[in-house]
Amino acid sequence: MDVDPTVPVVKNLLLLDSEGKRIAVKYFAPEWSTVAAQANFEKSVFSKTSRTNARGEAEITMFDDVIVVYKFIGDLMFYVTGSQDENELILYNVLGGFFESISLLLRGAVEKKTVLENLDLALLAMDEILDGGLILETDPTTIASRVAMRGAESDVPLSEQTFSQALASAKEQLARSLLK
Amino acid sequence: MAATAQDPSAPLRGPEKKDEDRDEDTEYSPFYGIEKGAVLQEARIFNDAHIDPRKCQQVITKLLYLLCQGETFSQKEATEVFFSVTKLFQNKDANLRRMVYLVVKDVCPASDEVIMITSSLMKDMNSKTDLYRSNAIRVLCSITDAQLLGQIERYLKQAVVDKSPVVASAVLVSALHLLSHNSEIVKRWTNEIQEAVQSKQPMVQFHAVALLHALRANDRLAVSKLVTSLTKGPVRSPLAQCLLVRYVAQVISESQAASGNDSRPFYDWLESCLRHKAEMVIFEAARAICNMAEVSARELTPAVTVLQLFLSSSKPVLRFAAVRTLNKVAMTHPMAVTNCNIDMENLISDQNRSIATLAITTLLKTGNESSVERLLKQIGNFMSDIADEFKIVVVEAIRSLCLKFPQKYRALMNFLSNVLREDGGFEYKKAIVDSILILIREIPDAKEPGLGHLCEFIEDCEFTYLSTQILHLLGVEGPKTKDPAKYIRFIYNRIILENATVRAAAVSSLARFGALVQELHPRILILLRRALHDNDDEVRDRATLYLQQLEGQAGGLDAVDVKWNIPAKNLEQGLKKYMENGFQKPFDLASVPVAVAASPAKERKAPGRTLAAPAPTQAPKKQDDHAALLKTLPQLAGLGPVFKSSAPAQLTEEETEYNIVVVKHVFASHVVFQFNCTNTVAEQVLENVSVAMDLAEAEDFEEEAVLPLASMAYGSVGQTYVVLARPEGSMALGKFVNILKFKVKEIDPSTGETEEEGYEDEYQLEDVEVTPADYIKPVAVANFRSVWEELDPESEMADDYGLGLRDSLQDAVEAVIGILGMQACEGSDAVPPNARSHTALLAGVIVGDVQVLVRLSFGIDVSRQVAMKMVVRSDGRDVSEAIHQIIQDA
Repeated sequence: MDVDPTVPVVKNLLLLDSEGKRIAVKYFAPEWSTVAAQANFEKSVFSKTSRTNARGEAEITMFDDVIVVYKFIGDLMFYVTGSQDENELILYNVLGGFFESISLLLRGAVEKKTVLENLDLALLAMDEILDGGLILETDPTTIASRVAMRGAESDVPLSEQTFSQALASAKEQLARSLLK
Repeated sequence: MAATAQDPSAPLRGPEKKDEDRDEDTEYSPFYGIEKGAVLQEARIFNDAHIDPRKCQQVITKLLYLLCQGETFSQKEATEVFFSVTKLFQNKDANLRRMVYLVVKDVCPASDEVIMITSSLMKDMNSKTDLYRSNAIRVLCSITDAQLLGQIERYLKQAVVDKSPVVASAVLVSALHLLSHNSEIVKRWTNEIQEAVQSKQPMVQFHAVALLHALRANDRLAVSKLVTSLTKGPVRSPLAQCLLVRYVAQVISESQAASGNDSRPFYDWLESCLRHKAEMVIFEAARAICNMAEVSARELTPAVTVLQLFLSSSKPVLRFAAVRTLNKVAMTHPMAVTNCNIDMENLISDQNRSIATLAITTLLKTGNESSVERLLKQIGNFMSDIADEFKIVVVEAIRSLCLKFPQKYRALMNFLSNVLREDGGFEYKKAIVDSILILIREIPDAKEPGLGHLCEFIEDCEFTYLSTQILHLLGVEGPKTKDPAKYIRFIYNRIILENATVRAAAVSSLARFGALVQELHPRILILLRRALHDNDDEVRDRATLYLQQLEGQAGGLDAVDVKWNIPAKNLEQGLKKYMENGFQKPFDLASVPVAVAASPAKERKAPGRTLAAPAPTQAPKKQDDHAALLKTLPQLAGLGPVFKSSAPAQLTEEETEYNIVVVKHVFASHVVFQFNCTNTVAEQVLENVSVAMDLAEAEDFEEEAVLPLASMAYGSVGQTYVVLARPEGSMALGKFVNILKFKVKEIDPSTGETEEEGYEDEYQLEDVEVTPADYIKPVAVANFRSVWEELDPESEMADDYGLGLRDSLQDAVEAVIGILGMQACEGSDAVPPNARSHTALLAGVIVGDVQVLVRLSFGIDVSRQVAMKMVVRSDGRDVSEAIHQIIQDA
C-alpha cells in the first residue's frame, strides 16, 4: 500500500484478551503478512505491556521501530500500532475512538464475554475506524451509530430503538445474574 | 499454540479445543469448539428462500471469526461463500447488509466473480440511505479494477461533494488508496476535492486535504500554493491541521535548501499552532519546529516550552511524546533542554519505563558533572525492570557521559560493572563490554579497575565472542599493569573451564604475559605445558608454538608479541597485489607501506565528537583547498608543509573596484601571505599585480619573495603571494601596511579589446597582522585530563586576568578562545545558562608541534565584570609564558 507519506497511517489494531490471545485483530502493514509474524508481534506486544497499568490512562511503548498505544478495560486489551515517526497523539486519538466506540456499543459491559457475544459489532467498529490503515473516523458516537446502521431503517424511531435496546440489555443482565 | 510459530498457515484458534480437561469455570465462548467445515455448512442458509437476518448475521460473524483467528479458506471454499453471500443482497435488513459489506471485503473473490455483486453494489451506491452509499463505495473501490472504475466514476465524483460526511469520507479515503494504481481517474476530480477541502465536516476536510496533497505531492510549487491558501483560512479538523503542519515543515525544509538564511517562511504560523486547542496539533507543531534543519535557539524556545508543559501531563502518551522529542533536541541543542531538567528528573520514577528511559538519557546528555552520581543512583533503581533495548540506550548514554566527564570514571565504571553482573542478552552485554573497552582506552586511570571488572565478568560469561575479546585485551593491557600476576589466575581458569575457542584465546593471552613479564616467564611455561594435552587442535597448536617461542625458538620472545604497526588495510592491499603477481617470491612485509592517511586519529576522536556541538566541518576543507593551491607553486615547494592557514580576511571594503582577501599560511620558518584578488570593474584589466608589504612594524620578518599575478581580468579570482622568512620555529609577530601595485589597462567598450598602453597605479589596503593565534593550531585531545597529567607540571604557569565588562560568560569564553585560536575540549566552550562560573578546557599545537593545554576558569559578578584564571601546561615553560603573553597583549 503506497499512500502519501504525510498521511497518518495505523499499522494495526488489536483487541486481545487478558492472556494475550486474539479476539479481533486487523493488520494493515505488510510487515506482518503471515499469521506467524502476526502471532509473534502479538506475543511481544503482550509480554511488553501486560504488566503495566493501562487502566486509568492509556499507556504507550516503543519497540522494534513501532509505537504502540494501549488501554486495558476489564479483561480486554486494546492496542493501536503506528510507525515510530507517527504523531503519538494521533494514534492516541484512534485508540480513544476504538475503545470508546466498543464501550458504547456494548453499553459499558466491556469484557471478553460480551465482546465475543457481539463480535460482529467489534469487527464493524474496527472497520468504521480505519480503512486500509487510513483513519476514517475517530469520534466514538459517530462510529457507534454507523456500526448500528442507525438512520438506515427509518421505520424504527430513534427513541424507541434505544428503549428496546435497553430492554434487551436488562434481560441480558438478568440472565447473567441468574446463571451465577 | 506452539505449533503456530512454525507453521505460517496454521490458525491461531483456540486452546479451548485442545485442553478439554480444563476447569469447569472456563470462560464461556460462543465460538467454543468452532470448526471451519461446520461453519461452511451453516453458510448454506444464505441460499434459503426465506432468509433469517439474525441467523445469517451470526453465521457471517462466525466466518469472520475464523478468518480473524488465522484460518484460511481454499479458493473453492471462498468462491462458494462469496456466491452464497451475494444472495443476501436480496434482504432488506440494514444490519445484515452491513455485515455483508464487511465479509465481502475479507473474502476477496477473483476479479471475474466481482461482476456478480457490482450491480447490487451500484444499486446501493445510488440508495437514499447514506450508510448504504458509503459502504457500497468502500467495497466497490476495494474490489474493482480500472475498467469497472471507469463505469462508476461518475457516481464517485458526485459522492466527493455528497452532503453526508460518511459518504464523502468514504470516497475520499478510497481515492487515497486508488491513487497508487489508478491516479488518472482521481486526478479528474480535483475541482470536487477542492470543494470538499472547504467542508464544514472535520473528517471530510481532513480526507480532502490529504487527497489534494497526495495528488500534488510531486509538484513543489503546487504544494507551496496549497499550503499558502490553507494557512490563511481556519482549518476545522485537528487532523487536517496536523497534515498542514507536516506540509509546512516540508515547504520550510525545501525553501531552506534553495535560498540562504532568510527568515523562515511560515515559522510564525507554526508557532501559532503551538497555541491550538487540540494537543495533537500543538505537539505536531512543536515536533516540526524541533526537527527544522539548523533551528536556532530562539526558534526552539516556544516549542520546548509547550513540550515542557506536556512533561507534567497526567497522560502517559503526552509525556512520552514530549520526552521523546526533547531527547532528540538534546542531541543537537543540549542547552535548549536544560530548562526542563527538573520536570525530566521527576520522570525518572515514571511508571512507564519507556518514558523513564528517555528522561534518563536526555538528562545524561544535558546534565553537568555534579549531578552524575545522583543520576546514577536513580538509574540503578530502575535498571532491572526495563527491557534490554532500553538498557543498551542507557549504557551508551553513560559511556558518552564518562567520556565527557572523565573525572567521574570511578562512579560510572562501577555502575557499568554492576549492570554487567545482572542478567541480560548478548547485545546488552556487548554494549556494556564495548563501553568498558572504550573507557579503558580513553581514560588511563580507569584501566586497572576496568580490567578487574572484566576479569570478574569472564568468570561467568556465557558469550564466547565477549570472552575472547576480553582475553585478548587482557593479553595486551595486562602485562603493562603494576601487578600483572593477578590476571593469570583468571586467564588460566578459562583454559580449564571453557570451550575450545575461549581456551585458545586464553592460551594466546597467557603467552603474552610470559613474553612481556620476566618474573612470570617460568610460571607461564608450566601453565602452557598443561594446555599441550588439550583435546582441541587449535589450543594444542597455539600452546606448542608459544612454548617454543618462549623458550627462545621459532623467533623467540619477540614473535609472541608482534609489534604490528602495519595498518590492516595496507596489509590487505599488499597481499592482494602479491596474490595477483603469483607466488615466485616470498611475501615481504617490509614492502607494505606503514604510513596511511591519519585515520586512526580520526577514529579516536569519533566517540568524543558526538558530545561536542557539531564542529564546523567546512573550515578545514577550505584550508585544504588553499593548501592544494600552494602546492601547485614551485616557488613555495621548498618551504615544507603548511602548519596552519588562517581564515580568509577581507582587506578592502565591499563593492570597491578591487576585492582583496588575504589568507595567512604559516610554515616552519616562513609565513606566506596569499592575496586573492578580484577585479570588479568591467572596463579595465590589471596586469602585474602584487602587494607591497611594509615590514617596519615587523622586525623579525624578512621578505624572501614576491609572486605577482600576471593579469587580473574582470570577475575572475587570481592570486599573488608574498613570502616572508622568520627565525625557524619562532612566533614572530608584526603588523603590515599593504599597498596593492598594478598596471591598469583600459578596455575599449566598443570593441572589447584591451588598449596597448597602460599606467602604473597603487591602491591602499587594510593592515594585516600576524598574531600568536596564527601559530596555534586547534587540535582537540580526546581526554583532556590524561594529556594534562602527562605534561610536565614544571611547565605550568598560572595567572589571573580581569576581562572587564561582558554581556555574558559565554561571550567572554568565546572571546578568549578566539584570541588563543585553540580548540575547546569536551564541549567546555558552551556555558550553561545563568552559570556564575565556568571552566573551559582548550588544547592546541604550536608551530614546531608543541602541545599546549590551557585550563580557563571564568567567574562573573553581579555587575557583569568577568575575571579569568588561566593555567597553561605545555612542553616547555617558555611556551607557557608565550601563551600568557598572548592574553596580556590582547
